[in-house]
Amino acid sequence: MNDMTPDGYTTEDGRKIGAVVMEMRNITLRFGGVVAIQDISFDIREGEIRAIIGPNGAGKSSMLNVVSGFYHPQEGEVWYKGAKRPTMKPYEVAQQGIARTFQNIALFEGMTVLDNVMTGRIRQMSAGLLSQAIWKGKAEREEVENREVVEKIIDFLEIQHIRKTPVGRLPYGLKKRVELARALAAEPSILLLDEPMAGMNVEEKEDMSRFILDVNDEFGTTIALIEHDMGVVMDLSDRVVVMDYGKKIGDGSPDEVRQNQAVIDAYLGVAHD
Amino acid sequence: MAQSSQATDGMDSVPALLQRNATRFGDKPAYREKEYGIWQCWTWAEAEKEIEALALGLINLGVNEGDFIAIIGRNRPHFYWSMVAAQSVGAIPVPLYQDAAADEMAYVMDHCGARFAIVQDQEQVDKLIEVQEGLHQLEHMIYVDPRGLRKYDHHKLHRYIDIQEQGRAAYYEWIEDLKARREKLTYDSVCVMLYTSGTTGKPKGVVLSNRNIIEASKSSSEFDKLTRDEEVLAYLPMAWVGDFIFSIGQAYWCGFCVNCPESPETMQTDLREIGPTYYFAPPRVFETQLTNVMIRMEDAGKLKKWLFDHFMTHARRVGPAILDGKPVGGMDRLKYALGNLCIYGPLKDTLGLGRVRVGYTAGEAIGPEIFDFYRSLGINLKQLYGQTEASVFITLQPDGEVRSDTVGVPAPGVEIRISDTGEVFYRGPGTFEYYYKNEESTKKTKDSEGWVATGDAGFFEDGSGHLRIIDRAKDVGKMADGQMFAPKYVENKLKFYPNILEAVVFGHQREQCSAFINIDLTAVGNWAERNNIGYASYQELAGNPRVLDMIQSHVEEVNRGLADDPMLSHCQVHRFLVLHKELDADDGEMTRTRKVRRGVISEKFEDLLGALYDGSSEIYTTTEVTYEDGRKGAISATLQIRDAAVVPVETAKVAAE
Repeated sequence: MNDMTPDGYTTEDGRKIGAVVMEMRNITLRFGGVVAIQDISFDIREGEIRAIIGPNGAGKSSMLNVVSGFYHPQEGEVWYKGAKRPTMKPYEVAQQGIARTFQNIALFEGMTVLDNVMTGRIRQMSAGLLSQAIWKGKAEREEVENREVVEKIIDFLEIQHIRKTPVGRLPYGLKKRVELARALAAEPSILLLDEPMAGMNVEEKEDMSRFILDVNDEFGTTIALIEHDMGVVMDLSDRVVVMDYGKKIGDGSPDEVRQNQAVIDAYLGVAHD
Repeated sequence: MAQSSQATDGMDSVPALLQRNATRFGDKPAYREKEYGIWQCWTWAEAEKEIEALALGLINLGVNEGDFIAIIGRNRPHFYWSMVAAQSVGAIPVPLYQDAAADEMAYVMDHCGARFAIVQDQEQVDKLIEVQEGLHQLEHMIYVDPRGLRKYDHHKLHRYIDIQEQGRAAYYEWIEDLKARREKLTYDSVCVMLYTSGTTGKPKGVVLSNRNIIEASKSSSEFDKLTRDEEVLAYLPMAWVGDFIFSIGQAYWCGFCVNCPESPETMQTDLREIGPTYYFAPPRVFETQLTNVMIRMEDAGKLKKWLFDHFMTHARRVGPAILDGKPVGGMDRLKYALGNLCIYGPLKDTLGLGRVRVGYTAGEAIGPEIFDFYRSLGINLKQLYGQTEASVFITLQPDGEVRSDTVGVPAPGVEIRISDTGEVFYRGPGTFEYYYKNEESTKKTKDSEGWVATGDAGFFEDGSGHLRIIDRAKDVGKMADGQMFAPKYVENKLKFYPNILEAVVFGHQREQCSAFINIDLTAVGNWAERNNIGYASYQELAGNPRVLDMIQSHVEEVNRGLADDPMLSHCQVHRFLVLHKELDADDGEMTRTRKVRRGVISEKFEDLLGALYDGSSEIYTTTEVTYEDGRKGAISATLQIRDAAVVPVETAKVAAE
């Protein structure tokens, strides 16, 4: 990491990364006797692409669920935008501007792509039930405004041709893209991606990588992602947290992590004496 | 020519036509593009302002008269404006195929020496940067879609809207220059330079003058009575002369509206929404549409399928006659009207062809069955025969005289002559000026009297006076026993089967004919699904024995058909194989307009060709492939070679001749 300061740093490709927006302080998460996450701290800075990697069962998804408010850690604090975050419900976290996608796609299969992405705008719509039902005034105005935002995202992610297609009929790679579109529709300040490339072929992975980079570049969205594919992670991310058995074993730029002995051991296995 | 010059009323350049349209019907739509899910519209007056701003911006950037400006993008109003803006400042627009690989692009960019390029997006910018080393003349690039380009060095790279903005800001500095440059344009100044795809050799830059474009547009518009109210959908490559004539030449001459689809994938939906009245497509598009219809009918319920089959049989019988205004019995008419209500009408609407008044197909011969299918639905689909060098039009089919085996009568103002060797020659107002930086080819193609060699063999039919094209003159060969070999004819017969996407027939200087075949992944894939045949890739499907059986039955059917034709009965396909990859322009096997390059194919697949003639039943081969991003890879496969049953030809008949 070159010249890390409290205000941020500059990446190798010349992007300016800002101050810390989210900080995990000594998080420990237990499920009964199982310790899923043990005393982990790391931060996410504004505008960066931050990856969490690790072997199966390392606690990556649990970590992401802590960030998005699905799980509440027994110990430790989550700091967001300079303040300690109280225990929150997931929808409250979403209201704070944190959107996510899921490892196993969680879209409404029977609805069209457009309708699915529109659900991402739910936070921006406030028209009441009655107004929605008679479809006049505020409800109509809101729909038009939000549709405009959604159409820009559809254009951005190049899914115009499936706008009116029910999600259930789409191939896997496109569903992933629709999920990303829905998350983006919320105009989040932090976007959490849970294994965005899982189960994709090389071409789909390349497309998805490009979209992730473009989202970061175009909207300045801070992105935290979990990913198995090491090649993708190293190419995409600015900084990487490495987890193994619920512990943090490495944190730094992709190059630093790659040379970290603990990381090499965790991934390649270590000979027992 | 002086006469026609007067006839155009001072309208002797495309920018002049723009001025006329902007004043005369300024509030009528000129361009529409679907963007963000809505059809955005620009009137002629608005389009004129957009073009003016861009033209001023180009002068401001340092574009001189006579400069070449490369234009690389898919059909969008911005690129049509770029062409006219380039013309307005006295520069020459050179549209290029946007799917060309970087090194193909490098050749053309270097050949025309473009100082400026107006491109679509990051992909095109990257390609040009990649080859920039060799392009010393290229100075500035202007892009439309900013995505992903923010971090690029912007010293020589500009956003389209910024150039327009700078143009608006510098209005008073440059407006007089712009007007002066526009007024200098004459009937003889260069309108556009288009590169021919070329089935052989390097692309050639065809220089077309304002006279060529305007005369061709004018006479063809009159021929088909095109009006200001036409709607067209611009979706064919902008680098192709057809698109230039339809979306700029005729659109500006008549003043009709050009609609641009949202993205290539949404073309079918957009076509439906617009419902063009004037439509143009190469045979391939009609083939694909028909294949899709047939696939969906296979999946339809029994009643629907019966209705479809029943009424289509009727339509095939009487439809074309009704369209041509020939006498048809009352009962047949009634039944056709009923069919129109429940089958033809809805089908045309689904295809987006419900409002088509004039439709054209060209570029390649269309299978008669495909052609008749559309005509029988009541769509006025016609054929034309043309070339880049002719500003498209050489012959056209007049309404009411449409047949699938001829290409019509000479276009207005075009003279045609058949040489002793059977080659078609033409000359007319649309005849190109010259090939850029290639005097030798110019001389070879166009003689001192203006006659241009088409390279196609053909003849005028007795009685109707229509031209019939037999084949590319250089493709027509002789079999070992001296009989005529016309590969295209046989290939077209094969390609009529929805399962066969492409076929290449060999037989020149050989004892018997044989063929390479490409399966159509959509059609065969659908068939495989219904028959529970699993496959993981194109290659696997292409090698499946049941697929081969199916293709074999098609080939044998074609053979039976050929046996009835006394001239071509010896062209029956004796042996064939199904290729393990699709023939592709990226690999140089086809042109960008999807015509097969026989030379390249027979060289590249020499081993396969050998196997077709040495009697072996299978062959192992490895082929280099180029991916879309220019990287190379190799695929290998063991291909089965099949013998197809042929109908014995009665040699007595031949001997008697």
